[in-house]
Amino acid sequence: MNPTLKTFEGKLPLSILQEIEEKCLPAKQKKVAELALEEYARAKVEPGEAVGIVGAESMGEPGTQMTLNTFHFAGVAEMNVTMGLPRIIEILDGREKISTPMMEIFLKEPYNKGQDVKKVALMIKETKLGELVKEFIINLVEARIEAVLNEEKMKEIGITAAQIVKQVDAGVRDMIIKEKDNVLFMKVKGKDEKHLNEIYKLKEAVKETYVKGVKGINQVLPVKRKDEFIIITSGSNLKKILTLDFVDTARTTTNSIQEIAAVLGIEAARQAIINEVYKVIEAQGLNVDIRHIMLIADTMCANGKLRGITRYGIISGKSSVLARASFETPIKHLIDAALSGEKDKLDSVVENVMINQPIPIGTGLPHLIMKDEK
Amino acid sequence: MSKTKSEVTHHVLVPTHEKISDKEKQDLLKRYNITIKELPMILNKDPAIESLMLKDGDVVKIARASRTAGETIFYRRVINA
Repeated sequence: MNPTLKTFEGKLPLSILQEIEEKCLPAKQKKVAELALEEYARAKVEPGEAVGIVGAESMGEPGTQMTLNTFHFAGVAEMNVTMGLPRIIEILDGREKISTPMMEIFLKEPYNKGQDVKKVALMIKETKLGELVKEFIINLVEARIEAVLNEEKMKEIGITAAQIVKQVDAGVRDMIIKEKDNVLFMKVKGKDEKHLNEIYKLKEAVKETYVKGVKGINQVLPVKRKDEFIIITSGSNLKKILTLDFVDTARTTTNSIQEIAAVLGIEAARQAIINEVYKVIEAQGLNVDIRHIMLIADTMCANGKLRGITRYGIISGKSSVLARASFETPIKHLIDAALSGEKDKLDSVVENVMINQPIPIGTGLPHLIMKDEK
Repeated sequence: MSKTKSEVTHHVLVPTHEKISDKEKQDLLKRYNITIKELPMILNKDPAIESLMLKDGDVVKIARASRTAGETIFYRRVINA
């Protein structure tokens, strides 16, 4: 960057400086930057401005126009995605379990050019024993279950009968398992081994046993985006996926904010909140300034942990009893405060509205201090 | 497992985190006229700073990529998880 512009670093944002350098003649750059600085100072939010209220209104009004439905992807495999208002609520609540977890898995070369994408996708998908079995037979004479394996499917995901036996053996307790000619023989271990109920229970348990893939990934869909192949999944397990060696660990993401916070840290979570909320708003054709969303994301991540905008999240962090009581469950908050002898300093907005005093925002913020004349 | 930890910092969502010196810390507090308690927090075992081995009271400087400003500098104080 031009040395004259360098002196404005820290005073003007980088994007403005870059624009000046790009579009102005070198001789005029200093003058332009000075004027820009003046304008910039005028455009800044003034101290005491109620940015939170403005942000809430700016998000709330378009929120009334959002759809309440879930949409379908137009494509081969059907995949639901929560969109519109329910998705925004989900993000801002900081939910642990979201209704439609999804991942976008980027691949390393050569897989991202289309080589073996299908195979790689199937490797990621969580496979349960039930999917690999052609037929379950309950043999009452021998008091055992016989599971006939589907060889074609096994070949597809690249697993052998011996590996399946090992996985099932590790996954289900109180069971004896044997294998012969791609048929699994399973018996209940213990005194109930002849009991039909127990055998039936075992069959159901075995069906749901994990044998291969990444846990939590229920569906995979390789798609071409721009000029590379990526895998979209339903279900999410960022931690496991990032350990796989064919995955591009720099770009692979999930739509579960909590998962991002746990695996990539609080700053990544903040960025993810902004991206996800903005994606929804954009998809609905609405227009909300991104700064409002940034403010919400900053608030949710200010504590180092992800806190939703709920009575358990950021509201519980408010120091004033009255402010907490004015949000939800007022009686609980008031009783708890009375029992523990809490004090309210009345230094925020809601409390002062309640007691009919000037609120400390905008022109209510500055105070007069008198100097004693001696 | 150690592989994921080292690669977390390369992820597009993760901005660069670095520890600032005591002097820079004092300057920062003076510039904004705040006490250290008023800074936003980050856990010391946060995946993005785990390798820096920071302790309670340190301040990290975070260079965020911003859609409106190109790049913004943000500060967080480290707290024990």
